[in-house]
Amino acid sequence: MTTARTKASRLAFFGAAIGVTTLALTSCAGGGEAAAPTEFSYLSFAENTSIQDTLTTLSEDSCAAENDALPLKVSTQPQASYDQQLQLLAGQNALPSLFASGNSPQVAKDLQTGDKLVDIAAELDDLDAADDILPAARSTIEALYGGEVFVLPTELNVEGIWYNKAIFAELGIEEPTTWDELTDAAATLNEAGVIPFSADGQDGWPLTRLVGNYLYRSLGPDALQKVADGDAELTDPEYVEAAAAVAELGAAGYFGPSVGSIDYMTAVNQFLTGQAGMFYMGSWILANFNDEAQNQIGADNIGFMPFPEIEGGAGSSDQLAANVGVPLAMSQESFNDETAAWLGCIAENFGSESLGSQGVITGFATNTPVEGLPPLTEMIQEKIAATEQSVLWFEALFDAKAATTSQSNASQLVTGAISPEEFMGLVQADLK
Amino acid sequence: MNRVLGDWRAITILLGPALLVYTLVMLVPIFWSLGYTVFEGNPILGFTFVGFDNFAQLFTDPKVGDALWFTIRYAVVLTLLQVLFGYGLALIYVFWLRKASGVIRTLAFFPVVLPTVAVALLFQELFKIAPVQGLVNDILNVFGIASVDWFASSATAFWVMIFMDLWRSMGFYAVLLYAGLVDIPDDIFESARLDGASGFRLVWHIVIPLSLPVLLSSIIFSINGTLKVFDSILALTGGGPGNTTTPLTLYMFQTSFTYGEYGFGSTIALLLTVLCLVVTIFIFQSNRRDLTKD
Repeated sequence: MTTARTKASRLAFFGAAIGVTTLALTSCAGGGEAAAPTEFSYLSFAENTSIQDTLTTLSEDSCAAENDALPLKVSTQPQASYDQQLQLLAGQNALPSLFASGNSPQVAKDLQTGDKLVDIAAELDDLDAADDILPAARSTIEALYGGEVFVLPTELNVEGIWYNKAIFAELGIEEPTTWDELTDAAATLNEAGVIPFSADGQDGWPLTRLVGNYLYRSLGPDALQKVADGDAELTDPEYVEAAAAVAELGAAGYFGPSVGSIDYMTAVNQFLTGQAGMFYMGSWILANFNDEAQNQIGADNIGFMPFPEIEGGAGSSDQLAANVGVPLAMSQESFNDETAAWLGCIAENFGSESLGSQGVITGFATNTPVEGLPPLTEMIQEKIAATEQSVLWFEALFDAKAATTSQSNASQLVTGAISPEEFMGLVQADLK
Repeated sequence: MNRVLGDWRAITILLGPALLVYTLVMLVPIFWSLGYTVFEGNPILGFTFVGFDNFAQLFTDPKVGDALWFTIRYAVVLTLLQVLFGYGLALIYVFWLRKASGVIRTLAFFPVVLPTVAVALLFQELFKIAPVQGLVNDILNVFGIASVDWFASSATAFWVMIFMDLWRSMGFYAVLLYAGLVDIPDDIFESARLDGASGFRLVWHIVIPLSLPVLLSSIIFSINGTLKVFDSILALTGGGPGNTTTPLTLYMFQTSFTYGEYGFGSTIALLLTVLCLVVTIFIFQSNRRDLTKD
């Protein structure tokens, strides 16, 4: 064999290797036309079992016909890596028929911008099922997603401060209606050796919820929309004041020792074992409160108050913070008559099924009345019904970067490791 | 054997599959990632060419500076400590325990084989303060010292991290350096002792120079491993409090996969690669003399 032929052979070999590699990579990249779905695939947060349980029950009962046409298949992904999975699937045009829309509203907004999502509002109009989404849930979704409805509200939660009635009565504390009354109540609890506020500082968001609520009460319901629109900055003095107020609670020791080490379930247990007087949390916590094994203080002993008003503030305590839990989106790619039938069935039946079997209040109408609900659940239903205007939470309109910065620095804010100015500055720096 | 190794077809058959797999799983992703450094976007919204904007962002994003400083601090401190303690253990094996060192070597090596996440969870339990305080705070209380919230401050969290990784890794460096020390012929030590060298002088003038090649390898292993630390920090502190214990690797991961900024994440990865390369070259350059040839 001549040298020239040897070189040619080598070149041919490397050419073939590169060709095989390219083919392999091309086949991995996907992106082709999707075939009609053979199943109604649902991708869920692994940590959330209530939605998948409700859907499974529907598939066996109210939605059995839809399930026969397109069987439900549930798969899960841990919440921590969920957004990565969505990005991967979206990049391959392989999104499931129905899926939890991601860790922050921004993920669903990106999917919508990429024309990947079904226009839920339009499809429900076509199915004559628009009334199956409650007006309060619809307005919350519209506030979250820039006026559009492309997700389903599997929960409808209001947030506020739960308190231990027995401890309040024992110490002669009236339900606070203003921030000053709230801090006075906290001082009384603290002096009596009770942790004033149980809070999950490890995850941070229960602390930043306080900052958000303070802003809504002091500056009004559009306080954070102004920041999102670029009309205000978190470093403006009136915004820093909210962070400073929450930092003062921490400086006074009102979150108990080592709040940064407390995780979600520990915070829940602190309140349900009577160690803490108050607990800021959403109404999804009712599942824990209504569980006698967990609730050692008794459901009758738990009161709920809205976040109090700030004297001279533009907001009102009638404006409860609200969210729609884990919103579900549908893939445009696999949407056809059969998945549309599933959408109609979910809209019609999810609310009653979820409330009846899971005790979860959803943003769907309860078309089949549910009897025998626990009193706390009924009380929250009444609060939701009476709420005419809701507000969002601190990070609702932030992108993932700013939301992470906010939550990961919250415990530093209340332990005094960083100043309120630094905290707001860090979050503002990450806002695009 | 020479005929086989000189045969182009034999080389192709023997090396081809491995080369192909290596290309697919190592080289292609490296170059792919390098390509991302001049793009911005994610698989949902698509990618846009942005030139050198991501490189400019490296200099303007304060979190990159924080992560770089933390990474360097962590790598320098841990490298010094784990090589020093590893070397100390190796010297104890060779000169003090001698042939009875087997059990101690096994015990010291044991943490190396434990999963990193399990070790991190163990240390979280040892150092925690709430809701139930861990053993370390219990011990402090016995001596009348108040409990410390170790993970609430970056300074204490840093030293818990260093302590954990030192405990986890020094057994490995001890075994590595022990292998270098046992290679030194006994007659050299005997000659040195006859010349009056003992203790520290023996170690300084005989042991260290003769074990320098393996010491150098240990430092390179260590510095590269510590510059790329990821799992132990993620499991122990998650990069907190705030981002005060976030190394470049974790910030790169967050940027790419949590924030969906693949281009900037790849640029941070490139910075880390360059950093590892520069440090390795610096260590080699500072000791170019090949001691094994003397």
